Amino acid sequence: MTYVRPDTLGEALDRLAAQDARIAAGCTDLFTLTQDQALPWPVVDVTGIAELKTIRRTDDGWRIGAAASWRAIAAADLPTAFDALKLAAREVGSTQIQTAATIGGNLCNASPAADGVPPLLILEAEVEIASSTGTRCLPLTEFITGPRQTALRPGEMVTAILVPDHGAAGNAHFLKLGARKHLLISVAMVATRLEIDGDTIRRAALAVGACGPVATRLPALESVLEGMSAAEAPAMVTNELVFPALAPIDDIRADRAYRLEAATELLRRAVAALANGAQS
Amino acid sequence: MSGAIAFTLNGLACKADTPPGARLSHLLREELGLRGTKSGCDAGDCGACTVLIDGAPACACLTPAAQVAGRSILTVEGLSRDGSPDRLQASFLRHGAAQCGICTPGMLMAAKALLDTTPRPTRQEAEDAIGGVLCRCTGYAKIVDAICDAWREAGDGAQHPVAGKAVGAPLPRLDGLQKVAGTEVFGADAWPDEALVVRAIRAPHHRARFRLGDIEAWQASRPGIAAVFTAADIPGQNRFGVIPPFADQPVLAVHETRFRGEAIALVAGEAEAIRAIDLADFPVAWEPLPPMLEPQEARRDGAVCLHETRPGNVLITGKVKCGDAHGALAASVHRATISVETGYVEHAYIEPEAGFARMNGDVLEIQACTQAPVMDQEETALVLGLPKERVRILPVSAGGGFGSKLDVSLQPLIGLVALKTGRPARMVFTRSESMMATTKRHPARMTASIGADAEGRITGMIFDGDFNTGAYASWGPTVATRVPVHASGPYRTPNYHAEARAVHTNGPISGAFRGFGVPQAAIVQESLYDDLANSLGMDRLAFRRLNALADGDRSVCGQVMDGAGIAECLDALQGDWQRALDEAASFNATNTGRKRGVGVASCWYGCGNTALPNPSTMRAGITPDGRLVLHQGATDIGQGANTVISQIFADALGVPLSTVERIGPDTALTPDCGKTSASRQTVVSGKAALLAGKALREAILRQGNMGPGAEITLDGCSLVLTEGPAVRRVDLSALPADAHGYVLTAEETYDPPTEPLDENGQGKPYAVYGYGAQLAEVDVDLALGTVRVARIVAAHDLGRVINPQLAEGQIEGGIAQGLGMALMEEYIPGRTENLHDYLIPTSGDMPEIRSILIEKPDPEGPMGAKGLGEHVLIPTAPAILNAIAHATGIRLTNVPALPHRLRAELRAKEAGA
Repeated sequence: MTYVRPDTLGEALDRLAAQDARIAAGCTDLFTLTQDQALPWPVVDVTGIAELKTIRRTDDGWRIGAAASWRAIAAADLPTAFDALKLAAREVGSTQIQTAATIGGNLCNASPAADGVPPLLILEAEVEIASSTGTRCLPLTEFITGPRQTALRPGEMVTAILVPDHGAAGNAHFLKLGARKHLLISVAMVATRLEIDGDTIRRAALAVGACGPVATRLPALESVLEGMSAAEAPAMVTNELVFPALAPIDDIRADRAYRLEAATELLRRAVAALANGAQS
Repeated sequence: MSGAIAFTLNGLACKADTPPGARLSHLLREELGLRGTKSGCDAGDCGACTVLIDGAPACACLTPAAQVAGRSILTVEGLSRDGSPDRLQASFLRHGAAQCGICTPGMLMAAKALLDTTPRPTRQEAEDAIGGVLCRCTGYAKIVDAICDAWREAGDGAQHPVAGKAVGAPLPRLDGLQKVAGTEVFGADAWPDEALVVRAIRAPHHRARFRLGDIEAWQASRPGIAAVFTAADIPGQNRFGVIPPFADQPVLAVHETRFRGEAIALVAGEAEAIRAIDLADFPVAWEPLPPMLEPQEARRDGAVCLHETRPGNVLITGKVKCGDAHGALAASVHRATISVETGYVEHAYIEPEAGFARMNGDVLEIQACTQAPVMDQEETALVLGLPKERVRILPVSAGGGFGSKLDVSLQPLIGLVALKTGRPARMVFTRSESMMATTKRHPARMTASIGADAEGRITGMIFDGDFNTGAYASWGPTVATRVPVHASGPYRTPNYHAEARAVHTNGPISGAFRGFGVPQAAIVQESLYDDLANSLGMDRLAFRRLNALADGDRSVCGQVMDGAGIAECLDALQGDWQRALDEAASFNATNTGRKRGVGVASCWYGCGNTALPNPSTMRAGITPDGRLVLHQGATDIGQGANTVISQIFADALGVPLSTVERIGPDTALTPDCGKTSASRQTVVSGKAALLAGKALREAILRQGNMGPGAEITLDGCSLVLTEGPAVRRVDLSALPADAHGYVLTAEETYDPPTEPLDENGQGKPYAVYGYGAQLAEVDVDLALGTVRVARIVAAHDLGRVINPQLAEGQIEGGIAQGLGMALMEEYIPGRTENLHDYLIPTSGDMPEIRSILIEKPDPEGPMGAKGLGEHVLIPTAPAILNAIAHATGIRLTNVPALPHRLRAELRAKEAGA
């Protein structure tokens, strides 16, 4: 099997243009697709490309290289709006997984339970995509199109996650729920970001994962919270506003009714944590 | 990408010519020979393969070789440079942090990553650092202890008790060094260079007919495949099973498969060739048939019989009956009834089945993981049509067993390949193969009623249970027999009627799992005890204490109890019970979203086979050059038989433990010590060791013509016997050696005295019982239905504590498995064949555990000792469930108590309120 590990993005994109190959980064999802002792497909390994690992400020926001590991993200110096992402980074699999697994891989794998997606949704993140013929950007909401499905076309790869300044404001929180502490695939998870001015919520961004084919924002609830006093906000997180936004299934980890209820409760707690933080 | 990959390995420059996409674990183990790094799942779910890459912990199984280019890798082999343990390894030894040892290298590396930046971590930091490494033996407590204490230069904890003082000493395990060094040999860690690699073709359906295609042509087009074997190639009887009269499982199925994962063919070839082929195109046509997965389907009139001779798919019904249970219940002032359902539980040892076979002259040698070498020998010989003497089993260290490695798995498969091809044959089950093909804990559907009089005395009990035994018999008969004997719990129950059926389905084979059905039954009985105490308005602990079996009482089998320590165990919990109740009451008075609860449950468990012969034989001898050798045939699966049995033997003989050299287990070298199951090794093999030690002592004293109090010392080729002023030297080299090479020797057999059970289960099923009681404190999040177990206090009566450190390790590990059974473990065939969908507790799920060791001597056990291994798991789940009921008022009857199940009950209760 051909296995290439180029040093430059150009070389990687040329290889992807020339050959139908799997893109490998942390390999934490890739290796679970096979019981072989070596990856059985043609592979373009992007972990040798230094620029894909950088996390940096840009003119109008933040840029996280697609091959940045969760470990690197957890340690990065980022505004408080990224706290949900950092909390999620510490709950992806285990410390071992966090060493290897990348944020780009998390998005491309497009699991309904991907830990990275709700925190990026509340950051209004965009996905930078490159191919040998050019670069394009998609809002994260358009990048993940279904369970295990993305808008990535043949020959393309994700090069970065871009967070605009307007998404990087305020404080954020993340809660993940399941039947054990570590090495956990979520039953439900939530990410919340509030911009609070005095006691008033100016902007609310809320997202839920593992409760539908893809993680989702909660625009109806967000608009109810905006303009409200922070102290009153948790009580406004109601089943009526949350349930219609979600489409969970029954599976081995939990049933639909539980996921709906749990997502609402987690949202309430995450909003309360941020509201309390603002008051204290 | 081509060319060698250059990196630093344990401080040394290294170049590896390997496929760049190869797993680092494969590169390390197979190509570089560093087999201290273990492979448990190839999916990042278990962390056994944890290594440090530039100081950061990573799963070697998920790291392609290409990515280590230019980087620095540290494996367990690199922890110590001079062969002696480093501070962390020494701390693991000192604290008893390694049991079976299969997770130990991964634990050490995860801990090392923490300690490199945080030399004196908090418990929380240590617990988080190992969150990605699963351990199935220890319950994590001693691992966390060891990590937090690794900053101290305090040695490995080795002790050198003088003669007669080994028993009772908190000795670190005698076989610990190789476990922390990563040099212990597990099933996948050794093979002859020229070994063929064997893989099995397994059924993808719960039930199916199949037709084999043109295997010759398939094989011919795949160079490097040495042989393909099907049922037609089996030279002996294509049927095996742990209980010979019930043996019913084909080694390779013929025409029809009865469960998902059943093997139909073997493919053996050169390692590279086997890795390259796709077994999915093996020429077989499957015709799925409608399966029966639940006992109620299988018992229905007209249901297909899985086995002709077992009408109604009932393998066996176990029964115990005394007095008039129905009459007593009808006349009882208080009655409680419950139905409980439990699911399949997977053993989830971190070591998938592995080993190799080879011909050594006429003898087929099999080196593999096992709990029962002599049974493996007998079953493999039958399958292969060989006399027993031509099969030799060399057990490797088992990387966890818990009952499942009592059954043969790969032994007849690799044995067949080695026998037929003449070449060594090696096999390592994949994680999913291990989970699919090997046994589980029986799912149970149980209904029971218990009555009490106005003063709270138990009047009678009726128990009825269906235990889903899956497609083949395995240990189903044992479960169906054990459950009715134990379902009363350790309580006086004058009128009793219990029946348990093992029912065949097309589910996974249910076999032995720590407790043989008793943990399931205990949930029923202990739930009812809480209900009765509540309806009586009695304190729940006091109610149990009132009914606890005492010496002189008769058990439900009519056995007169002697050495019953349950009252002592319950009494030992009294202080914590009151404290915990008070704390819960004050917490609950001021909190609405979370509620605390306290639960208690007991156990008793008979050690060894139920009313069946169950001998162990121990041999020891002294060589002409003064070596004292103990032939220890009891397999140590992490529980500590190597250590405990040596302690007993040394004290019985009257020599320092350090003078005892241990060999075995090995069916060619060690007499039969039976199987490591039923909590019998300390009691049965331990007693054989005691008798052998005493017999050897007598032989020595006779030789020296000394009295019974003489002190025995080995001094080179001499034995020195001292008694008061009298000193005698015996020149060993001058004595004639026997066939085993010993000049002085003893071999003793012990079979616990039991009596057969009659048609009502009356008799003496066990010679020795052990007892215990546990108290659980839980914290329930009412809105999410999540349960956190905050603390467990465990009081266990061991009769005589041979080794307190190992005993605590058993308790902590048993509690981890009981907690998993209570809260998260549920194996769903076809859905949870991996360690991320099948959840076992991680380091962060464990409560604080306090062990209380009680010594109420057993008149029969060696030095008074009783068994412990299975007892420790039995009370945990019912204590937790009782605590949940105390916290919430909800009595869960479907286990495990997953958050959505508890929440559904809470929701219903809120709606009704």
